[in-house]
Parts: sequence; C-alpha cells; structure tokens
Amino acid sequence: MQVESGAFVEKARAALTDATLQHALKHIKHGFVEARAGAAARLPGFEAMRDRARDIRAHTLAHLAEHLERFEANVTALGGHVHWAADAEEARAIVVRLCREKGARTVTKSKSMVTEEIELNPALEAAGIAPVETDLGEYIIQLRHEKPSHIIAPVIHLSKDQVADTFHAEHPKYGFTERLTERPALVREARAILRERFLKADVGITGANFLVAETGSAVVVTNEGNADLTASLPDTHIVVTGIEKVVPTLADCHTLLRLLPRSATGQDITAYVSFFTGPKRAADLSGPSSFHVVLVDNGRSSMLGTEFEEMLRCIRCGACLNHCPVYANVGGHAYGSVYPGPMGAVLTPSLAGIDKAGHLPNASSFCGRCEAVCPVRIPLPKMMRHWREREFERHLSPAPMRWGLGLWAALAARPALYRLALGLASRLLRGRATKGWIGRLPLAGAGWTGGRDLRAPSGGTFQQQWRRRRGG
Amino acid sequence: MSASPESHGTIALFVTCLVDLMRPEVGFAAAALAERAGFRVVVPEGQTCCGQPNFNGGDRAAARRMAARVIRLLEPFERVVVPSGSCAAMIAVHYPSLFDDADALAGKARALAVRTRELTAFLAEAGFAPEARAGAAPVAYHDACSGLRELGVRAQPRALLRQAGVDVVELAEPEVCCGFGGTFCVKYPDISARMAANKAADIEAAGAATVAMGDVGCMLNIEGRLHRQGSAVRVRHVAEILAGHLSDEDFAEDDSAG
Ligand code: SF4
Repeated sequence: MQVESGAFVEKARAALTDATLQHALKHIKHGFVEARAGAAARLPGFEAMRDRARDIRAHTLAHLAEHLERFEANVTALGGHVHWAADAEEARAIVVRLCREKGARTVTKSKSMVTEEIELNPALEAAGIAPVETDLGEYIIQLRHEKPSHIIAPVIHLSKDQVADTFHAEHPKYGFTERLTERPALVREARAILRERFLKADVGITGANFLVAETGSAVVVTNEGNADLTASLPDTHIVVTGIEKVVPTLADCHTLLRLLPRSATGQDITAYVSFFTGPKRAADLSGPSSFHVVLVDNGRSSMLGTEFEEMLRCIRCGACLNHCPVYANVGGHAYGSVYPGPMGAVLTPSLAGIDKAGHLPNASSFCGRCEAVCPVRIPLPKMMRHWREREFERHLSPAPMRWGLGLWAALAARPALYRLALGLASRLLRGRATKGWIGRLPLAGAGWTGGRDLRAPSGGTFQQQWRRRRGG
Repeated sequence: MSASPESHGTIALFVTCLVDLMRPEVGFAAAALAERAGFRVVVPEGQTCCGQPNFNGGDRAAARRMAARVIRLLEPFERVVVPSGSCAAMIAVHYPSLFDDADALAGKARALAVRTRELTAFLAEAGFAPEARAGAAPVAYHDACSGLRELGVRAQPRALLRQAGVDVVELAEPEVCCGFGGTFCVKYPDISARMAANKAADIEAAGAATVAMGDVGCMLNIEGRLHRQGSAVRVRHVAEILAGHLSDEDFAEDDSAG
C-alpha cells in the first residue's frame, strides 16, 4: 500500500490556500453533514441501531474465520470460486491471472477501494489489460491520473469546471468536442462513453460493501447502477474485497444496509443495492458465467486481537471524514493515503506500518466528532492515541515533542518547581505583552502567533494569588 | 436556592494548568460560584497537571505517573470540581483506562472518576441557581469538544446562563472544534489557525458582543484569533459570567511576590 504521509504538513498548507479546493470542500457541510443529521433524525431508533450494528460487526470479527469459511462454502456450492490473498501482491497476481485466463483486454471496474489499496490498475496495465473505472468519480480520477480524495466521494476535491476541462481534454477522441458546463450534460457524456466500454469489457471487477456468509452473496450499493453493468455484462465477475467485510446473515446485512447510506450520504437507501450470488444459473437470462471472490487480508488479520481490532468494524461510510474538521479543511490528498481522515489515521498505519504513516494519527485535535457519528461506534480517537503510544515507544515521535513532554512530566511531579516555572512563565508572558496582548512568540509559540494573538496572563498564577488571599 | 454557606460540604478545586498560568480569574470565579452554591472550597496544595498532554502525546507511562499523583492528591476529597471540560474528562473518563485491573490504583482511579465534575455540571447537579441580573447582554456559547462529547456538558451551561438572566445565542456550528486541541495547535498550527478562523467567523456572525465557553484552551485560541482579525467580540469563561466577574481588571495585580 502506497503511503506518502511524510509530506502531510506541506500538502495541508498548500490545501489551505487552494481556493478551488476550499470551495469544493464546502460541499461537505450541506451534502454530507446536514444530510446525515437529517437521515438520523428521521429514523426512530437510529442510535439503538448503531449499537446493534456495532455488536454484529464485533461478533463477526470474534468469529471471523468461521464466517469466512461459511461464505466460501456457499460461494463454492453456487459454482463460484473464492481466492485468499495474504497481501496486495498476491491479490494483484490472482486478479491478473484470472483476467489472463479469460484472455481479457478490457476490464470494467466499480466500487472498490480495496483495488485502490492494492494498486490493482498499474498491475493490470502492466499485463496489457486496460482497466476502465465506471463509477463517475473514479472515471474522472482515472482520466486525471489522480487518486481518490474521499472513500465514497472520490472527486469531492474537484470543481465542476475542472471536470468540464478534463472531459473537454479527453473526450474529443470519442467524438465529443464541445466543452460542456452543466452537470447533467457532463454526466450524459460520460455515460455515453462508458456504455460502450461496458459492452466491450471481458471481465468486470467490483468491490463489496458486505459479504453474506449464509448466502454467499457479495453486496454492493451504488447510486449510478454501474456496479450492476460491471458485474453482469462481462462473462466473468471478480469481486475484490477485504476479509473483514463478511457478515453472518442477511438479517445482519439488512441492519448494516439501513445505517450505511444514512451515515454516508443521508439517503434512506441508495438507488441500487445489488446482491451478487454466484455465477449465472441455467434459467438466468443474463449474468457472468464465472464468479470469483478475492478475499484480501493485506494486514487485516494482524489487527485481530490487538487494540486496533475494532477498526475492522468499519463499513466505509465516510462519515468520520465528513465530520472531521481537519479533513474538511485540508481534503483527502494531504493525507497521502487512499484511506484519509480519521478512519485512515487508524487504518493506514495498521496496514502499512506506523513508520510510513507517522503524521496521520497525530493530525487530529481529538475533538471526537468522528466517534460520535461512526455508525459502528469505532473509538477512533482512542485508537489514534494508541498509535501515538506505539510511536512514542519506538522513538518515532519528533524529538522536541518527546523532550517537551518529558520536561512537563518532570515539572508536574515537583509542585514547588512547577509553581516556580509557571510563575516565571507568567511574568515572561506579561513582560512580552503590549496592552495585554502578544503578537509574536519564538520557538513552538511561533506556530501559535502565526495565525492568532495570545492574550497574556492577567496576573500572577492562580495558586500564587490564592495563597496570598486565602492562605492556601 | 438559599443554602447557608458551607452547608453542603467541601469541594476540591482542581484548577488546571491553563487556569493557573493564563487565566487565574477563572479559578476565582469558579471558587466564588462553588461557595455561593454552599460549598467550602479547598485548593489542594501541590496540584499540578492532570497529565493530558502526555496522555494525548502517546507518553502513556508519564501520563500514568501524573494520574497516580493526582489520584493520591485528591483522595481525601469527596467532590472534585474542574473548570474545564477537557481536564475533567481526563480524570473522569480516561484515568480509569490508565490502570490495569490488577493495579492497586485502578479502584481509586474509578472512585475519583465518579467524584469528579466539570464546573457547570457540578453547579447544575448541586441545584445552584445563579442570581438573575436584569439587563444582562446576550452571549454566544461555544461548546468545548471534550466537555460536550466525553462528559455530555451541553444543557448545563446554557441553563445556568439563562437563570442568570443571560440570553444564549447559538452558533451555526456548535459541534465543530475550534482547533485548539492541546498540543495539536502547535504541532499543526496552520490547520489549527484555519479552524480557529472558521470558529471566529461563526462567532462574529452570531452577533453577540461576548462569547462564553467552559475551557481556557478554547478561550486562548478563540480570543487570540478574534483579536488577530480585529474583532471586538469578548471571550469569557462561563464561570466569569455566572459569577458576575466581568471586568478584565478584576484580578489583575502586580505579581511582585513571584
Ligand atoms: S470509521 Fe466509522 S464513520 Fe469512519 S468510515 Fe468507518 S464506519 Fe464510517
């Protein structure tokens, strides 16, 4: 998994001054935050349902192997095939092999963050197979050679004008030469081009929002219907997804399906909810003749039984991103991981290693809003803190911070020294102030005064004054 | 409510480092309120930091040592009151998570957690009704994140302000963090400053001359940003407003004693 989080600070700074990006990010508030609040308010028992969803996911993880085996048995009984991929490389090799066996030249793709995680597209291209992203957002990303910036809204960072420019640059080769400006027209043009691709594809690759153990179904939710075309038009359907997506029963799946769109987009239900259950049967009019599921581990099983196990409950709704004040201000690309925001701050170091993802669990004010909206109640701040602890133990946190925390702890253990230090700090700050305000501070304080002033202490420390007045 | 002074027992006031260093007047306002609510106020000698910076910085070992110190320091007190949602949550929510069940301090940490209250939650629970002042100007209210989400402090400060005759003006986005976040503001100053600017804009738009809040961290951040952008909106701790300690000069005095 490719992670470029080392440049987080620089990328975040650039993002804060990128007017187009800032304008695009404004959509989050109305499009997601308010929409989710409305959906949650409309559904009586929403909070109790979150408890149930958390319990379903926790139970599944506690018996993960059992449910996956049941899923595999059911897929096999239906005439499908399940492949187990220990890591990204194995997963890519399996998919490339399956495509080659079918002599595939073009594959259509829909709804798979996991194929982003395992970087499937470059592997397909290297094998001479052309991947075509069919989710509108992913399609735009592919044309622009970018990465998604959000797990359910990959082009949230783009303006309509940027999309219009991209289409205008890329679509003349299909005979579309006019620069369109209206949303519906842009969608129509993309659809017309994709329609051709759907019909030509040899293999369709989708992800899965859930895998149902009792039926062997892969469940996909979309608003564009493209997952259905991806899965049912080509002769082969390959589902690529993480091992944690399994749920025991259809009833469990139903509970999660009621929460997922409400938490994600505020919809009561998405336009399409598709259950892909094995290959085409004799009496079916259409559908793929071969059906494969690639179950990707890629670090997930190593989280089981650790303080990060709860992260595997994630149903990828994106609510934690939408409600994160850091994500909402810098966007997804700053994080340098396909999994940005709070869920990425925990998942990325879990999958790729904390040495590669250092900034991610640190770039949070711990405001706790992510946990407050997570449909499966993942304690995201707590787990980010666990990553900070691992970093601290391994001496990966920045030296000045370690030094500062050490000094602070030493002071806190020595009350007389602490009082002396605070008294001194109070005097220094007051001495530096003009009319009670400080406009510039050195060292770590420079960050503070870069964006705001500091009102100096109004007098000596509380403990000094209290002693003087009340005698302790 | 007309309680005779000191009829309800004693509280330990855990003032927090930020009040101690930056806003001593908040400590005095908190003490005055607890006394008016009928409690004797003790400021336990030797109090320092609750350990939150180390806890959130990943320095769990030091956080545990700091917690152990605070647990012992506050052990004699039946009630502990903290004029900060985030430090109160550190004690009431996070301390118990720092000690394994086998640890001798685990039980004491849980017991202290149960006895500890954020200031406005404490006042509300004690049935304290602040004196209503006629003609008080409306204030906007900013919810500090930890108090709001970890302790459920939401209704209490609003109710107390209304009882004091102060109309509360709601912000457009009361659930959004101001960007302080403890060490976050120095580790990621640009992002923190943007969050502060967004909050300042929300506060300005609310139109009240004063914004109240329950955490000095948020106060420093928000007033610093408002001042930087030339805003005249005043930032006050909710305790200062409830106690009627409204002038900057109330407790400003020369610190010649050092
Ligand atoms: S962590 Fe929770 S809120 Fe975030 S994407 Fe996963 S399920 Fe949704």
